[in-house]
Amino acid sequence: MRRLILAATLALSLLGSALAVNPDEMLADPALEARARAISANLRCLVCQNQSIDDSDAELARDLRIIVRERLVAGDSDEAVTQYLVDRYGEFVLLSPVLAPHTLLLWIAAPVVLLIGGMAVLAGARRRRKAALAAEPPLSEAEAAALRELEEPDR
Amino acid sequence: MSIELGHFALILAFAIATVSALVGLVLWRSDGRAAAYLQQGAILQFLLIAAAFAALVQAFATSDFSLALAFEHSHSTQPMIFRITGVWGNHEGSMLLWVLILVAMGGAVAAFGRNLPRDLLALVLAIQSLLVAAFAGFTLFTSNPFARLSPVPFEGKDLNPVLQDIGLALHPPLLYTGYVGFSVCFSFAIAALISGRIDAAWARWVRPWTLLSWTFLTLGIAMGSYWAYYELGWGGWWFWDPVENASFMPWLAGTALLHSALVMEKRNALKIWTVFLAIITFSLSLLGTFMVRSGILTSVHTFASDPTRGLVILSLLAAFIGGAFVLFALRASSLRAGGLFHPVSKEGALILNNLLLAAATSAVLVGTLYPLLLDALTGRSISVGGPFFELTFGSIMAPLLVILPFGPFLAWKRGDLVGVAQRLAWAAGLALFVTILVFALRGASVSLVPFGLLLGFWVAFGALADLADRAKLFRTDLVTSLRRLFGLPRTAWATAIAHFGIGVTVIGIVAVSAWETELVTTMQPGQTGNLAGYTVLYDGVTHTEGPNFTSDRGSFTITEPTGETRTAHPERRVYAASGMPTTEAAIETYGFSQLYLQLGEPGADGGSVVRVWHKPFITLIWLGALLMASAGLLSLSYRRLRVGAPRPARAKTAAAE
Repeated sequence: MRRLILAATLALSLLGSALAVNPDEMLADPALEARARAISANLRCLVCQNQSIDDSDAELARDLRIIVRERLVAGDSDEAVTQYLVDRYGEFVLLSPVLAPHTLLLWIAAPVVLLIGGMAVLAGARRRRKAALAAEPPLSEAEAAALRELEEPDR
Repeated sequence: MSIELGHFALILAFAIATVSALVGLVLWRSDGRAAAYLQQGAILQFLLIAAAFAALVQAFATSDFSLALAFEHSHSTQPMIFRITGVWGNHEGSMLLWVLILVAMGGAVAAFGRNLPRDLLALVLAIQSLLVAAFAGFTLFTSNPFARLSPVPFEGKDLNPVLQDIGLALHPPLLYTGYVGFSVCFSFAIAALISGRIDAAWARWVRPWTLLSWTFLTLGIAMGSYWAYYELGWGGWWFWDPVENASFMPWLAGTALLHSALVMEKRNALKIWTVFLAIITFSLSLLGTFMVRSGILTSVHTFASDPTRGLVILSLLAAFIGGAFVLFALRASSLRAGGLFHPVSKEGALILNNLLLAAATSAVLVGTLYPLLLDALTGRSISVGGPFFELTFGSIMAPLLVILPFGPFLAWKRGDLVGVAQRLAWAAGLALFVTILVFALRGASVSLVPFGLLLGFWVAFGALADLADRAKLFRTDLVTSLRRLFGLPRTAWATAIAHFGIGVTVIGIVAVSAWETELVTTMQPGQTGNLAGYTVLYDGVTHTEGPNFTSDRGSFTITEPTGETRTAHPERRVYAASGMPTTEAAIETYGFSQLYLQLGEPGADGGSVVRVWHKPFITLIWLGALLMASAGLLSLSYRRLRVGAPRPARAKTAAAE
């Protein structure tokens, strides 16, 4: 709901601006246009709430979409286009953060939880098994003999 | 007058809740007298908050703009339904709705908890009252909805047009019922820690509450997703936005709780973990409330510049979560773990389910909070958006979906993996066959798509295989099978339906991301566009007047591949009171697929920018969620679960006989 409110206030502040990708921005070459769309989907509209420039109707997003297409037409690779925007707008523009010392914790948190959780489960299982074994007194000599008798009656 | 009465009712409820919490925490051992007092207190709190809420509704419904809140968020020309839903379309009102649902839960525990042990009932109601005192106090002291204006303005400022939608009537109440319902599980967990007593009966009392909250949360999230889909105008249905994540985390943890409480009820194992999960789930609900209500998401800096509300909520959060964890650390060892089982067993599968759900929750949690913390601590701004979550969350969910169909087949204590694999073989084969068939027909360029589809079909067919196996289909004659099928306990049906729903949702997600197509173009009246076999003819725009808006209403004629035609009317609206423009998409449903039309800005030459999306099988996403929620309700309706443990009165008669 909050998101809707924000989107609404944003729409209000950008009254009269164009919506998402416009026909006049699109490249004639379908292969280049497809690459532009894929790159845009991973770039953040800097003035929006968690929206990619491909989805956003903000004026800035339109400018960024046009820059992406200009760089592609100029012959840049996908990585070069992204880097071009990171150099100018900072890593905030990337919807998927890079793997670097300051984001290490972000990337490894879930695998670490999984690992620690898995080890805790294994340790718990081992402890329970041991506790169960300890709780049960070992068989007496007579019981063991009776058991052997039952298992191998021929001997 | 009624506004002052409402204000007074809120104050009184706050006072009663404070006293109840103190009485309960000090005197819970006292032979049932505290419990009797707390039961009355809980019902009184509910009646008072309901009265306070009714006063707000009355002021909004009659457009009483002497109420500051109504002036800020309402307008006399709004249709009645949006005047009423406007009560919770703002911070103060939605806090009061939160408290209303909280006291309703407390009242329900008091009313239905007559067969609970008296000391447990007293403790649960005391914790519940403590929560009410904290949040009613927060509403009263930092977000008072009952402030008056003088002189009285003649007209209100209008509710945000995006919120003038049936979605606002349904989404927040459903979501809050889910969030707040987990408070009961939390109170039971704290009560168990304080009293040091926890057993299978405890799990049986907690499970219906978990089920109820989970069901409502499922509905609330699905409803919110569909609302964003049709209202925001570009057809996205999930954005990994912090606010969405805030509701998704309690759902994930609640799903884990649902499963671990099952182990505890049936096998008396996983006690400590279940208590821990109950605390975590409600803590995540509180965290969600904090994130949405404190304004921290818009920017860490705006939060720091006006911190009153945010800091109060943050301290409440710290007090409840911190307190719960301290108590847990001190007392968890007093709860004895029991129940021995082999790793390959239903218990083992459910532990694996919990492990993966916990890791998935932490992926969402870290992804949501990390940018905020990094910004606050180092001033570096990074974005964590969809691509990050799809990678981390997706790679944890995939193995969960792989093991999911095995769970219901495995026996308690010691399962036979080979035997289960044999019984599931046809489901796997069918899933593989259907996936290959779909690809032969449609194809896809993305390599992960076949894998995703295979998972979806595997989960769906696995759920059907569970039912078929229980009915002994093809192993006995058909009549016996059918009789067995309809004689199955409702919980067995509920498990199968919920798991089937997950499969359906997964198939919908994969299908729409793989095969969605779009058409973005400028159209003159009379021109046509083609998309996915559909022909869209633009007939032009007419100007119309709504109750509180003016609208440019587009007319389109859609011709299906079969030759059938339909008309669709996307709109561009401008709301009179606020001058705010909105776009209303036109959505036409064909089978499980939808055609989504949006009317963009008018061009200089009389044409209009038109966007058309074909969204294949997109409704499966929400249908799956509806299946999950209906499974929750079905399971709740099962009498054995509802009745809970045997009544003490009956036990006494039995002893006397």
